[in-house]
Amino acid sequence: MNPTTRPRPYPARRTVLRTAVTASLAAPLLGACVTSGEAGGGAAEGAAKTADNPLGVKADAPLEVVVFKGGYGDEYAIRAESRYTRQYPRARIDHKGLQRVGEAMQPRFVAGDPPDVVDNTGAGRLDVATLVGAGQLGDLGDLLDAPALDQPGKRVRDTLLPGVVDDGTFGGRVVTLNFTYTVWGLWYSKPFFAERGWAYPKTWAEMLTLCAAIRKAGVAPWTYQGKYPEYLNDPLLAVAAKTGGPDLIRAVDNLTPNAWRQPGLTQAATVFAELAGRGYLMAGSEALSHTEAQAAWCQRRAAFLPCGSWLESEQKGVAPAGFDMVMGAVPAAGPGDRLPVTAVQAAGSESFLVPAKAKNPAGGREYLRMLFARESARAFAEANSTLPAVAGATDGLRLGSALGSVRDAVTAAGANTFTYRFRTWYAPLAKAVDDATGELVNRRISPADWSTRIQKAADALARDTSVRKYTR
Amino acid sequence: MGHGRWRFLFAALVPALVLHVVFVLSPYAQAFYLSLTDWTGVAGQAHFVGVDNYARLGVDPLFLDAVRNNAIMLLVVPAATIGLGLFLASMLHRGGRGLRGGSAYQIVYFFPQLLSLVIVAVLWGFVYNPNTGLLNSGLRAIGLGALAHSWLAEPRFALAAVMAVLVWSSVGFYVVLFRAAIDGIPGELFEAARLDGAGGWSSFRHVTLPLVRENVQVAFVYLGIAALDGFAVVQVMTVGPGGPDGATEVVGLSLYRTAFSYGKFGYASAMGVALFFATLTLAILALRTGRRERPATRGGQA
Repeated sequence: MNPTTRPRPYPARRTVLRTAVTASLAAPLLGACVTSGEAGGGAAEGAAKTADNPLGVKADAPLEVVVFKGGYGDEYAIRAESRYTRQYPRARIDHKGLQRVGEAMQPRFVAGDPPDVVDNTGAGRLDVATLVGAGQLGDLGDLLDAPALDQPGKRVRDTLLPGVVDDGTFGGRVVTLNFTYTVWGLWYSKPFFAERGWAYPKTWAEMLTLCAAIRKAGVAPWTYQGKYPEYLNDPLLAVAAKTGGPDLIRAVDNLTPNAWRQPGLTQAATVFAELAGRGYLMAGSEALSHTEAQAAWCQRRAAFLPCGSWLESEQKGVAPAGFDMVMGAVPAAGPGDRLPVTAVQAAGSESFLVPAKAKNPAGGREYLRMLFARESARAFAEANSTLPAVAGATDGLRLGSALGSVRDAVTAAGANTFTYRFRTWYAPLAKAVDDATGELVNRRISPADWSTRIQKAADALARDTSVRKYTR
Repeated sequence: MGHGRWRFLFAALVPALVLHVVFVLSPYAQAFYLSLTDWTGVAGQAHFVGVDNYARLGVDPLFLDAVRNNAIMLLVVPAATIGLGLFLASMLHRGGRGLRGGSAYQIVYFFPQLLSLVIVAVLWGFVYNPNTGLLNSGLRAIGLGALAHSWLAEPRFALAAVMAVLVWSSVGFYVVLFRAAIDGIPGELFEAARLDGAGGWSSFRHVTLPLVRENVQVAFVYLGIAALDGFAVVQVMTVGPGGPDGATEVVGLSLYRTAFSYGKFGYASAMGVALFFATLTLAILALRTGRRERPATRGGQA
């Protein structure tokens, strides 16, 4: 049998080369298709700014709103839209409630044809730092300085909870505004603790003593969502923030040399290494997903769980009746702390933005002014048991144990809320920190190695000229 | 007449060809071009950066973890799947005598093929659960509790746990494929081997294996490509995902994260192009090796 007469099962070298050459010639031409969207999309001419219309909305300009339709649904956004229609009856509103906002919006941004308001939230959202770097986000400064609805004499800026404006600030410009307010802390079941006579600890020394007692009672002191080590990062970084204060956080976010070697951080890493070393983390937690770990906690197999304030709505139907979960502030490291023990990590989510190339940017901002009105925020809190970013929106509401404890924590913290920005600014650094913390609490690296590893990642990032840097 | 025929062929082929170029070839070509830019995925412009992205690949520790893990998978997954597939297929056949209920076994083996890989990964995630999972519970039930581990959370087991799932989910298909190939071998050959005193192993070694060689070769190419992927299982099942600490990172996952979480589509395209060439090289090498050896087995006319 002559091999050459058989059909070739694979492409000959020459065919491959020829194809490659053709492809490389065609590539720049075709590639131009992907990125051909140019800065078109001229914004609609705004109307004159008046007391009634502080943002200069053109009354008949259509408005396109894209909202993430996740756990909170999109009813609240539609309610704000109907208020917009009342004000501007001639404006036609195009509403879209989507699950995967990023995938749907990416080609629109590329084409220079984005909607007027986007709620960039949920799995598959677009990376905000990338959007900022590409100049895709419009400045919300004039919205913040506009008078707030329902609250005479106040600007929108004055009605927001601490940290909300900072969260949306990139390079000195406010480009996103978060509608919900997330607070992180340690969760426990109030009746469970009362029944066993356990008191929520104020310091880490008390925490360790309590953990010993809890373990003696046959309950694991802690569990965590090990599949995603970032959950345990939050209390660790909270301990560090309380020890080192705002300076420590600023050094970390600004990629200051040796920021991750600050004593506050190594001390916090030591605390968590000790928690793990004494066996206070429920065995097997390191491989559990968030649903599995949280279910184990709801079954009273573990006493403490680190999580953000979305926990109650996530555990709806899993937590048994009378479980009455409450959130406490992460205990303080010691007497030399720079922040009080009541300080909490808090930041906004459900981040709304007005694209730079929106056709009706004034309308988009006006829509946000209505959404962030107290009345609309209050209705949202009632429907979703989640704290909105508007201060006082829950005043006078009867709240469940979880949301009540979150509100109390925010009140107790006052101005002492803090948040790290590196997670949103530098996603690859956030991954390096998550990985290192996972290794730390599984006792595969020491607290010193933890600092060294993360510092190395931070240094590499600081040197990387292709990443846009931010400071605070 | 001839002209009309050509015109007909031309008219029939061109639309398909155009669609193929636009929807299959052009995305490939675009990926090649984008890998030379700093495109963020959300901007209308991309700047040409030359081979920067490729230079970066060589010093990206996470990407190198991914390459290492894919290389291990490339060595283990095809070999294990084909070995197991051949073993089960020849057991079902047993030198031409067949096994009672063989078809029932075949259906059982084939069953995982009917499930989506994501569902397979979710189910195996439950099996590997350190506290309530089937694997550890089973070990404890038979008194081997000391062997229970946090399979997906310990770096030394995580990749093996992922590879076991990949093998489990694909072996059934190859059992069916190999059994069909073995059924195509004339029964007289097995009979002759038996008369010559060959046992099960020898007739497998000297009759079955040489005659299903081409099927094995194709299986190698397919499984090699699957081993260079592994994205779905890793994404759904592992800690991180891709962890713990990069222990199960694969190129597909790095690519996905770089593009969609970090907004670096240019760099992600470079990863994709690297993966494309790795796959192409593998396919060419595997098929070429087979071609050189084939004449030798058919009378040594090399």
